Amino acid sequence: MKETPLSNCERRFLLRAIEERKRLDGRQTYDYRSIRISFGTDYGCCVVELGKTRVLGQVSCELVSPKLNRATEGILFFNLELSQMAAPAFEPGRQSDLLVKLNRLLERCLRNSKCIDTESLCVVAGEKVWQIRVDLHLLNHDGNIIDAASIAAIVALCHFRRPDVSVQGDEVTLYTPEERDPVPLSIHHMPICVSFAFFQQGTFLLVDPSEREERVMDGLLVIAVNKHREICTIQSSGGIMLLNEQVLRCSKIAGVKVAEITELIQKALENDQKVRKEGGKFGFAESIAKQRITAFRMEKAPVDTSDVEEKAEEVLAAADPPPDLLSVSKPVLWTPGTAQIGEGVENSWGDLEDSEKEDEDEGGSDEAIILDGVRTDVGMEVSNTGSQEAPIVLSDSEEEETIILEPDKNPKKTRTQTISAKQEKAPSTTPVKKRRKKRTAN
Amino acid sequence: RERAMQSEAKSHTEHGTDSSPQGPGCSLRHFACEQNLLSRPDGSASFLQGDTSVLAGVYGPAEVKVSKEIFNKATLEVILRPKIGLPGVAEKSRERLIRNTCEAVVLGALHPRTSITIVLQVISDAGSLMACCLNAACMALVDAGVPMQALFCGVTCALDSDGTLVLDPTAKQEKEARAVLTFALDSVDQKLLMSTTKGLYSNAELQQCLAAAQAASQHVFRFYRESLQRRYSKS
Repeated sequence: MKETPLSNCERRFLLRAIEERKRLDGRQTYDYRSIRISFGTDYGCCVVELGKTRVLGQVSCELVSPKLNRATEGILFFNLELSQMAAPAFEPGRQSDLLVKLNRLLERCLRNSKCIDTESLCVVAGEKVWQIRVDLHLLNHDGNIIDAASIAAIVALCHFRRPDVSVQGDEVTLYTPEERDPVPLSIHHMPICVSFAFFQQGTFLLVDPSEREERVMDGLLVIAVNKHREICTIQSSGGIMLLNEQVLRCSKIAGVKVAEITELIQKALENDQKVRKEGGKFGFAESIAKQRITAFRMEKAPVDTSDVEEKAEEVLAAADPPPDLLSVSKPVLWTPGTAQIGEGVENSWGDLEDSEKEDEDEGGSDEAIILDGVRTDVGMEVSNTGSQEAPIVLSDSEEEETIILEPDKNPKKTRTQTISAKQEKAPSTTPVKKRRKKRTAN
Repeated sequence: RERAMQSEAKSHTEHGTDSSPQGPGCSLRHFACEQNLLSRPDGSASFLQGDTSVLAGVYGPAEVKVSKEIFNKATLEVILRPKIGLPGVAEKSRERLIRNTCEAVVLGALHPRTSITIVLQVISDAGSLMACCLNAACMALVDAGVPMQALFCGVTCALDSDGTLVLDPTAKQEKEARAVLTFALDSVDQKLLMSTTKGLYSNAELQQCLAAAQAASQHVFRFYRESLQRRYSKS
């Protein structure tokens, strides 16, 4: 689906409002939208809501062999996905420019700032290290993806616990969560991205732009800062020229905002830990706002399954009894090495009358009839209804052995023998010849 | 009469084993649903069954790519996104099952040459994921106001090694089960829309599971009804 274009009047309206220092959602210039952090039941799973923008973060880990040039360092991997759920314009499985830009920015913000102690992820130097994978899914796009994603990533990393390992000599033991408590990652600091949108060639500035504001902005400045006010990465995009003082002012604002956000994150993490420790209820089910009219919950519901067996019996009884397959198709062993299943009704495929006529034309030789029968009904028993003496039955094989089914005759007879029984007309060599002729004629 | 007595006794013993510390097998975990929680999609729903949670977003009826256009009905598309990594074959096969289920109930003929896209995101998997996906998809379709001839729900049954039936199994129960059966049922007369199974089971067990799923579907549909009643109430 294509993105709905922004109309000129909408654009003008938004810009006019910004000039008057007003925002559509009533925020002040430096206000963030409300941030909500909720955790899942798994470790390292969180949903961050920044206003209506929503990002799902999930951290997972795996034991891998390290990179050759960094034998003692664990591997960090970030993957932000723009799902079509977030906005109709995002196409599944396509690496758009925006996606590449956001992923790179995240890597710079979190990996290159060395906020995670990668050396503590080493198990056996040069052989086994932990690979930490951070998957971020954008669920709803209402502007400022990068801030929400960076918060989700750092929250998920803080929340994550990896299985404990012990090394004794050459032996590496991996403990399940039941055996030993999983261990958290060692995190040095928490870098968080703060976005600034610029309008009118940098005259106006807004923190945390919404989707509408992003569409009319001229340039974007993203600064990643930790709570110690250390700048981890800085990126300006949109081709806007900023003054020295502007960047300095933005970094100061970012420092203040990040301090607030870090405090919120720590509070949320503490809360979750407390609930888990006390054995209370946690997970997304608890974070649904119950007072909302669109939300509804139902407690555990017992289902009465006492009549299930009776019902099943009823259905089985009502169903048509399976056709007696055995009576229909009894495997028949004609002779060692051949067998037949499912012979039945006389074949209506081959036009017997025609073949008979043909036979008559050809001089009504028995062999021809027999061969015709073989040709038209492969795998079927054919009673030779021609003007011959007794019905002759042939099996499907055109080769060597065929057996006659008549009880009075000896069942172990080859075709040549059966034919020789009525060889008044043709000598024994002719059937083969005739057959060849027929073949060539066919 | 004797048989009835026997089966009754059996069901009693079933209930007896069910009241083990694991909790009753023939019960559904707690359900929760929130609709219209995302601003961008036309309809969205997050569905929770115990600790399993799926978020669904629906776009449609909307413009369709020319290559996917169907001249007499809407093109239904289902995208299932796993939580970790990229979608693989398992997701593709599930997408197909969900799409076929939705196609059976969505009145696509009312919106020819349009697309209806259902995006499902696994939030957490703690058993009965397929059923949860189906339920989330249905609630999101309802939220989007897509015309349907009936609602549908998904119910998962697991059969233990000793033949005990477990409804709405957790991930652990699914792992230990001999067979796991998932059914999609419609709301009008609980007819089967889709079934996908794994493992070994007999004909009689299949019918038992289906009957149990039909009984459970009543609860799910009641949950749908109550949640919608709440949504459209004035308070």
